Amino acid sequence: MQIKESSKVYDAIIVGSGAGGGMATKILADAGLKVAVVEAGPYFDPADPEQMTQLKWPWESPRRGAGTVRDFGDFDAAYGGWEIKGEPYTHKDGTKFDWFRSHMLGGRTNHWGRISLRFGPKDFKHKDVDGLGENWPIGYEDVKPYYDKVDKLIGVFGTNEGLPNDPDGFFLPPPKPRLHELYYIKGARKSNIPVIPSRMSMLTKRINNDRGVCFYCGQCSRACQVYADFSAGSCLIFPAQKGGGQVDLYVNSVVREVTTNAEGKATGVSYISKEDRKEYQLKGKVVVLAASACSSARILLNSKSTAHPNGLGNSSNMVGKYLHDSTGSSRAGFIPGLMNRKIYNEDGVGGMHVYTPWWLDNKDLDFPRGYHIEVWGGMGMPGYGFGFNANEFNKFFDLPTGGYGDSLRADVKKYYGSVLGFGGRGEAIAREDNYCEIDPTTVDEFGIPVLRFHYNWSDYERKQAKHMQETFEELIHNMGGEPLGPTPSKEEDYGLLAPGRIIHEVGTTRMGDDPGKFVVNRYQQLHDADNVFITDAGPFVSQADKNCTWTILALSWRASDYIVEQLKQQNI
Amino acid sequence: MDRRKSIKSMILGGVAGGLVLHGCKPEGEAAATDTGKLEGFSYNYGRTPEEKELIMELENEQFFNEHEMATIEQLCARILPANENFGSATDAGAPAFIEFMAKDIPEMQTLLRGGLMWLDHKSNSEFGKEFKSASEDEQKKLLNTIAFYDAGIPLSQQPIEIQFFSLMRNLTLCGYFTSKMGIEDLGYKGNTPNVWDGVPQEVLDEHGLAYDEEWLAKCVDQSRRNEIAEWDENGKLIT
Repeated sequence: MQIKESSKVYDAIIVGSGAGGGMATKILADAGLKVAVVEAGPYFDPADPEQMTQLKWPWESPRRGAGTVRDFGDFDAAYGGWEIKGEPYTHKDGTKFDWFRSHMLGGRTNHWGRISLRFGPKDFKHKDVDGLGENWPIGYEDVKPYYDKVDKLIGVFGTNEGLPNDPDGFFLPPPKPRLHELYYIKGARKSNIPVIPSRMSMLTKRINNDRGVCFYCGQCSRACQVYADFSAGSCLIFPAQKGGGQVDLYVNSVVREVTTNAEGKATGVSYISKEDRKEYQLKGKVVVLAASACSSARILLNSKSTAHPNGLGNSSNMVGKYLHDSTGSSRAGFIPGLMNRKIYNEDGVGGMHVYTPWWLDNKDLDFPRGYHIEVWGGMGMPGYGFGFNANEFNKFFDLPTGGYGDSLRADVKKYYGSVLGFGGRGEAIAREDNYCEIDPTTVDEFGIPVLRFHYNWSDYERKQAKHMQETFEELIHNMGGEPLGPTPSKEEDYGLLAPGRIIHEVGTTRMGDDPGKFVVNRYQQLHDADNVFITDAGPFVSQADKNCTWTILALSWRASDYIVEQLKQQNI
Repeated sequence: MDRRKSIKSMILGGVAGGLVLHGCKPEGEAAATDTGKLEGFSYNYGRTPEEKELIMELENEQFFNEHEMATIEQLCARILPANENFGSATDAGAPAFIEFMAKDIPEMQTLLRGGLMWLDHKSNSEFGKEFKSASEDEQKKLLNTIAFYDAGIPLSQQPIEIQFFSLMRNLTLCGYFTSKMGIEDLGYKGNTPNVWDGVPQEVLDEHGLAYDEEWLAKCVDQSRRNEIAEWDENGKLIT
């Protein structure tokens, strides 16, 4: 088969268009570089009526929003899911890892929760605190200027609280708490658990004249048609194009490998077009991988050459190792005080208005790292599942459950908005034996070898999940409520979700100064090929008890500045 | 899922005006900009071409036969009958929703179809006629034996007719409350552009709650939300 080459040589080829790729596109294009963005999925614009799901009613979907096709429901913005037909992944030794991929312009930033937390000083040097894992080669002071710039460019609401490990920033003002959040604040105070306004990237206030202001439909997971929430397409790539940048978008283009020359330097990428299923090559001076931690690791491992026989960037044999996701354990409670609610519009922003950052000292606990608490509830728009077990809570009042007739109407209204739920999202310890690697026995429909995962939780994570469950039950009782379902047992890992489920996977191409131990240096440049950079969450040394996106954005900006500088100095 | 058909050629779902977009060949013609119009496709909620195909495929199949559909219509109206203000679940279109879901989630098919058979068999044994031909009193007499479940026992361990009726009730109520009529009945007020400015005072009073002054002072002043944000060097918002 003849591989079709383009004669154009880009200054930079960016693989992936999510948070990391979107930011690299914006910074490199603004600096005047000719960039190609190669995205495995289709073009996506949340303002395009043909793609829009925001402000649709449940009856506009024949399945009323059920998650049979899109995992997070028929109106969710993600094109992809836990399983994608024709693009399998496998597991080793009976271990479990669930991998969520969203192939579309903007990637997973189109549907994500927009929880936008900075890592704190301790998060970069946590080995100094407890001896576990590894320190980052950089510290908060290196990233802070970029967090500040990301705050101002993209917009995030929150408050400056002066907390030691949850740094202040340049925040937009937060929305007022909703009723169930006031219940939560009150309940948490009884246990001395702090609650503060959430930090999320929706525009509660205008940030520029290109993007709209939040109109409180609560549907950020559907992607916002006025660009009032952060998605990489609408907030980074479109502005890069509109700003006159030289940005060529290659959509429906699946990157197979980074091509290299005899000296081992990258010359570009090869990709398969989904439109004609033919292989193409692009040439570039610099390649920026931002396909997601696992996808970028896969591309590197599949980029074998004489110069890089073990895969590109893998002389250390570390590509794919130290994969870790946030921990997650959840619980919901029935709150009788929230029965028989007066109904008004409380959609708010898409997600929580308040949250609890990690508040304890692990020195006093039997697990090493913390978690934050997310909270949900309220009188949301009905969708698939609404009305199921409509009067199940009758059991708490010794009333019969089930039945039929007009009384069910009253039951539904009586309990509407009376459930409040918690998600604990915590830090796991990265370990070498949690990894992804190439499965030599399996290819995807494009003939590209796929990933095989090997991942086990340890007692560090299980004990943390146990603590989450104990905290959630205490909080639910403080609110006068009843926890739903039995307490998850030890055998159920205390409700600890399978690795991958929180979709914060990081660590596959860790940054560090020692080329024998780390894949990229402190500027996210491959130790083995100086014109290849990684700007997704692969270079994370540890994931913290935060969400990874804001740090991906800050670090991608920082790496992109470095690329521009190195190109100017003709070092690469 | 295996039964999902994938279209090998991905067609772009639409292109925003004024933006540069290239297909696989940057200098060549732009990638297909077919907006994915499909003959006879009546939905408009941002479906990809493959998703449209799947919906069309499911709608072109008929799972329940005419007798089963007639029985479902009666059941939906028994589960949620009309009242003085609103129609029944059948009036709100719950039966068509159930027909669609039986195809969309085929794991439900046996329980639904088997349950309908059970109803007819029981009705025939007791009243000498199929369920749909039984009188209201007869139907209710029969339903009273299967409509209640023990919340202390997992549903999967309860008799099949109780499982069937629970599923039927779930789908009926869901079909109703996700319909236009049902949402009006429920009184849900959202899914519309608005400005959230806190819990109404009378609701706070009813729940014995109040906002902290200190907290409130940090929250958005909605009268200034359209002023472009600016901060001092310490991160204090000054607009």
